[in-house]
Amino acid sequence: MSKATVLNRLHRAAGARMVDFGGWQMPVSYGSQIDEHHAVRRDAGMFDVSHMRAVDVRGEPSTPRDLLRYALANNVDKLKTPGRALYSCLLRGDGGVLDDLIAYFMREDWFRLVVNAATTDKDLAWLSGLVRERAPQVSLQPRDDLAMIAVQGPQARAKTWGAIAGSEAVTAPLAPFTAATMTSADFGELFVARTGYTGEDGFEITVPDVHAEALWSALADQGVTRCGLGARDTLRLEAGMNLYGQDMDERVSPLESGLGWTVDLASPRDFSGKAALAAAKPLRRLAGLLLCDEGGVLRAHQCVYTDSGAGEVTSGTWAPTLERSIALARVPAEVAAGTMVEVEVRGKRLAARVVKPPFVRHGVALVS
Amino acid sequence: MNVPNDRRYVDSHEWIRPESDGTVTIGITDHAQAALGDLVYVELPKPGRKVALNEACAVVESVKAASDVYSPLAGEIVASNDTLTAKPEAVNEDAYAAWLFRLRPDDAAAVAGLLDAAAYSKLIAEA
Repeated sequence: MSKATVLNRLHRAAGARMVDFGGWQMPVSYGSQIDEHHAVRRDAGMFDVSHMRAVDVRGEPSTPRDLLRYALANNVDKLKTPGRALYSCLLRGDGGVLDDLIAYFMREDWFRLVVNAATTDKDLAWLSGLVRERAPQVSLQPRDDLAMIAVQGPQARAKTWGAIAGSEAVTAPLAPFTAATMTSADFGELFVARTGYTGEDGFEITVPDVHAEALWSALADQGVTRCGLGARDTLRLEAGMNLYGQDMDERVSPLESGLGWTVDLASPRDFSGKAALAAAKPLRRLAGLLLCDEGGVLRAHQCVYTDSGAGEVTSGTWAPTLERSIALARVPAEVAAGTMVEVEVRGKRLAARVVKPPFVRHGVALVS
Repeated sequence: MNVPNDRRYVDSHEWIRPESDGTVTIGITDHAQAALGDLVYVELPKPGRKVALNEACAVVESVKAASDVYSPLAGEIVASNDTLTAKPEAVNEDAYAAWLFRLRPDDAAAVAGLLDAAAYSKLIAEA
């Protein structure tokens, strides 16, 4: 039996079509997922992301940072100002990707990680092992008492300020990829981050479970459109962002998953997976594809034919902003942007062009 | 869920409307379009093609997934609704108006053996 987020009742009341995702019952759409997509590109939409888990890493000053300096493939020493966030992979010793996550540096005695739903238990087991070996005084606290709502789109910040009294003063100064905490008279202790998974501006708001329904309703009253996982997937793919379990997983190196920019091999610090990644030359890479022929939609697992050998689509969809089909695909490393390839779509070979993601940012098409 | 009385149905969620000239018009049901979500591509059979009973002869793709459409009767395709190629979302807007193709059945009597609206309503209510 899959788990329900604290907003489940409101999703059903709004007529959502529900699916199982990562062991959670989640809304896939409330009506047209394309309309939900456009609402985020043009105005403001909100997503229940309470299936994702906040994990607080606490300990004596500097001990959380020392642990994460080894645990994360990206370098937490880039986080110098409280509130700064860092996107990183969590790697096994052999370099396989256990998860991708965002790490927030709040204080030297408190970092917060936000991890994926399906990987939460695995991540906690892995991190607990590192704590035992390297930092037994550090505590890991999964925050099962918190819900998360992502508000995304060009009007997302203004509409959030309308919904949460007093939030503008605290969150207007936030630069992209930073977070702040605040106490709201209506919704309790909030953690507001200027982050997201859509390629648009906006916030990801962590709210106590008991206030989540009230916050969701207050945002709806501001005209923020309810959006499901369907729109979340087309938005993140247009934004060129990976989905864990689909575009990368434990079997593939992050260097072959478009995540080389997040792996800090340059600094002298050691981290889990570093030696394995330094020893292996990537043979493949994750590229963007733009379908050029009519005849279908790019989908995960379709075969890609290139002059340098075969590849595979890892995520594909119809892109509502571009009104054409796009994909992420793992192809031989030498296949460069601009190259024409063929993709097997339901028995036919259709022409596609290799492009460098993202496809869309801040409502603007970057490929054509 | 909307299930009009003027036509027949099959359990793979196609509707079949008999026409006065002995042909039948075929589309997908409102239940099917709702399950698929926003359609973005359709592929239709060419007139003149002979199709067998339950032969996959059209494709509807939504943002989420591709789905075959099966011919509910054996016969010859006499027309296809090419306006859908440029506007597949017409199926979401009105699945019973946005027909996919028309065929002349080999056995005109076979239509009467398909599900009526009440039987199809019961089928989707149980699903």
